[in-house]
Amino acid sequence: MNRKQKKVKSYRQPLSESRRGFLGTTRNIGLAILGGLAWSAYVDEAKANRLLLRPPGALGENDFLKTCIKCGLCVAACRNRDGNIIYDEKGKRIGTKEPTLRLAKPGDNKPLGTPFFIARENPCFMCDDIPCVPACPSGALDLNSLINKKTKKLDINRAKMGLAVVHKESCIAYWGLQCDACYRACPLLGKALTIDMQMNKRTGKHAFLLPVVHSDICTGCGLCEKACVVEKAAIFVLPREYAMGEVGTHYVKGWDSNDQQRVGGAKSIHTIDERSKQKAVDKLNNLGGLLDE
Amino acid sequence: MSSVKYLILRRVVQISILLLYFAGNYYGWKILVGNLSTSVVFGKIPLSDPYAVLQMFVAGAVISSNILIGAVIIFLFYGILGGRAFCSWVCPVNIITDAANWTRRKFGFDMVAKKQPSSRNLRYWVLLISLIISFFLAIPAFEFISPISMVHRGLIFGMGFGWAAVVILYLFDLFVLKNGWCGHICPLGGFYSIIGKFRLLKVKHDSEACTGCMECKIVCPEVQVLHMIDKVSIPVTSGECTNCGRCIDVCKDNALGFFLKVENNNKKGEINNE
Repeated sequence: MNRKQKKVKSYRQPLSESRRGFLGTTRNIGLAILGGLAWSAYVDEAKANRLLLRPPGALGENDFLKTCIKCGLCVAACRNRDGNIIYDEKGKRIGTKEPTLRLAKPGDNKPLGTPFFIARENPCFMCDDIPCVPACPSGALDLNSLINKKTKKLDINRAKMGLAVVHKESCIAYWGLQCDACYRACPLLGKALTIDMQMNKRTGKHAFLLPVVHSDICTGCGLCEKACVVEKAAIFVLPREYAMGEVGTHYVKGWDSNDQQRVGGAKSIHTIDERSKQKAVDKLNNLGGLLDE
Repeated sequence: MSSVKYLILRRVVQISILLLYFAGNYYGWKILVGNLSTSVVFGKIPLSDPYAVLQMFVAGAVISSNILIGAVIIFLFYGILGGRAFCSWVCPVNIITDAANWTRRKFGFDMVAKKQPSSRNLRYWVLLISLIISFFLAIPAFEFISPISMVHRGLIFGMGFGWAAVVILYLFDLFVLKNGWCGHICPLGGFYSIIGKFRLLKVKHDSEACTGCMECKIVCPEVQVLHMIDKVSIPVTSGECTNCGRCIDVCKDNALGFFLKVENNNKKGEINNE
């Protein structure tokens, strides 16, 4: 009984002013850390989805995510572009087709509010005047990257939105059927997408007409993906960072004089130490008494 | 009818702005295109959210001149003239949180949950944390979670699951915290509170005329700014006042009204002379 009373009393003792201040500050800092970490974790996850196609001229994904202000001006420009507006017989505007570009909304599982397109549903039609890019106020869509250095004019062919990739097992051209839908749909046909003719050994008298994508020309517009006749497109556009490999700097094309220049100043290194006294072949033949029983 | 004058005016302004944005996207009108993050007026004048631009700057983005000019225009407009008028006259979330407040009053939820477990200074902490995260993750942190842009973008460009944000805001303000989002958490409101400190448009109070009915304190979403009611005849100086004008609407004694600081100097002198 006595002990219990004592306990209650000490509990009810008012906190000193400084103790109260200390506890309050600690609580605030703790809550700030809690909120800050949860928030950071969410944002870090939310920006992680990079499997999406950006409008032409978009900066690299990291720079794009911090520069894009999510205003949707590119999307509005895409919706209201020439040729997307539907007119009635009298020439009165009655609506628009669905635009290529859309703003990521909750449920799209893309970084919220940023523009992207889904090539299979609505590819980029590569308008000559590129309405979406000049509309961008923030520079997240970089106009300069699309200016042809010779003509000083906008050139949509310089866009690098992605890269088309062929999955040959689901491409019926690889079966030997005659299909060149993707090739015909390509705005840069013959350059970005070519047909490689090979003999069909199965029949012995027919040709395979195989689509081949050239990554230095392909803009990633996705018209090929849209045109592909199989159920799930056998040719599809991926962000370039996913679709491309990289050699690195340690391979040099010995047959290419330009590439050779990269190693022009290189010197060979000779290391001389104890082991250098012996020739390599002797060193290898010397088993160090291993076979001497 | 005068008891809803500013309320109706605000709704008209809020909805007109929304419709103009909507038409800018769907019908190609050039009056107002974009959204509250950045827009273009008549195809020429840029407008940008200065808080979003601040986050971008902290994140290390290169700020284009268009965005910068737009942010300066908005900064000056609210900083010099309107203060937090953005919150009550433009922001679409205001309609949601006002609805939650109305429900609270109408059904008496205020009576069951009187305790407000949070400080209104929380928004300044959120503001600070948003800038710290923007810096470390090199990304505008609030722009990725902002229910304001989520709702606003949703109305213009397609909602998706954005309706969930609407429901969350409504339920939060209704059952968790009174004036929870707009009055406690929203860092954009905090930002405008800071820059609106020296605004010209303010609500003035005449304690002589005041009968102390406290109707204004019941409707005010930032009730702490009305500390002078029935005490002293001074204007509402706190930057947290949203200039929504509800207090003026409900005041039956003409003790409250808008005034511009420029004209105030003379009037104040007159009162002193009397």
